[in-house]
Amino acid sequence: MIVYLSALAGGALIGTSAALLLVLNGRIAGISGIAAGAMLPLSRDTPWRWAFLAGLLLGPVLYRLAFGAWPVVQLDAPWSLIVLGGLLVGYGTRLGGGCTSGHGVCGLARLSPRSIAAVATFMAAAAATVFLVRHGGW
Amino acid sequence: MDTLRSAVGLFAGLLFGFGLALSGMMDPERVLGFLDIAGAWDPSLAFVLGGAVGVSALSYLLVRRMRKPVLAQRFEIPHNRPITASLIAGAALFGIGWGLVGLCPGPALAGLTLGLPQVIGFVAAMVTGMLLHRFTTARRRAS
Repeated sequence: MIVYLSALAGGALIGTSAALLLVLNGRIAGISGIAAGAMLPLSRDTPWRWAFLAGLLLGPVLYRLAFGAWPVVQLDAPWSLIVLGGLLVGYGTRLGGGCTSGHGVCGLARLSPRSIAAVATFMAAAAATVFLVRHGGW
Repeated sequence: MDTLRSAVGLFAGLLFGFGLALSGMMDPERVLGFLDIAGAWDPSLAFVLGGAVGVSALSYLLVRRMRKPVLAQRFEIPHNRPITASLIAGAALFGIGWGLVGLCPGPALAGLTLGLPQVIGFVAAMVTGMLLHRFTTARRRAS
């Protein structure tokens, strides 16, 4: 039960973050777009993007202060998969124009047909990949 | 104005990162458990997306009544364009990478704070993938 409540509360905080960026700054809280846009060339959006990324990295510190422990991160995949996965996530989110936050949290919220198509595609691709890795003998 | 926008960015990032930590999405093992519909499916992460989309949707209702954002000249919201092959191909590649490791960009970046070599390696590969896309498309546009 507590797992579902903390998931829901954490989700609501993520939604609040997206709402603040939209209402105050007029921008979408898409992490892959913010990260890619934080790199050169410099623009008027560079400073708030770096500030957002700094805040994102401080989030687990705030969690530690609040609960006295770091959030759990268990990553047991072999290095070959970690590197391949990272490359695919980086390239794919730019080619597809967004990730779980931009297409998911922000795109689904405004019922964007492109985002609905993107979310359905990456969810299906991710579930199929997990199925093949865990049950397909890969 | 730029300073205020950066302050909003910092606060929004902090909320986002804390929300990720609280929700359990920072743990690749949990994410893979959510994506593993044929195994011992862990549905809890659907609540993360549900809570996030719900609150985010309220803000889109609010901005319909606003002519411009509080701290900027205009809203920069992607307008609905056609569903293209690159949208679907990109989403599929992202989904495969997400399914292989269990990390998407937000939890990967927030996870840097914990200093695990695997997460740092994943982010380095992810940034390389982003730059790869940037340089290949720049060359295509130039030619």
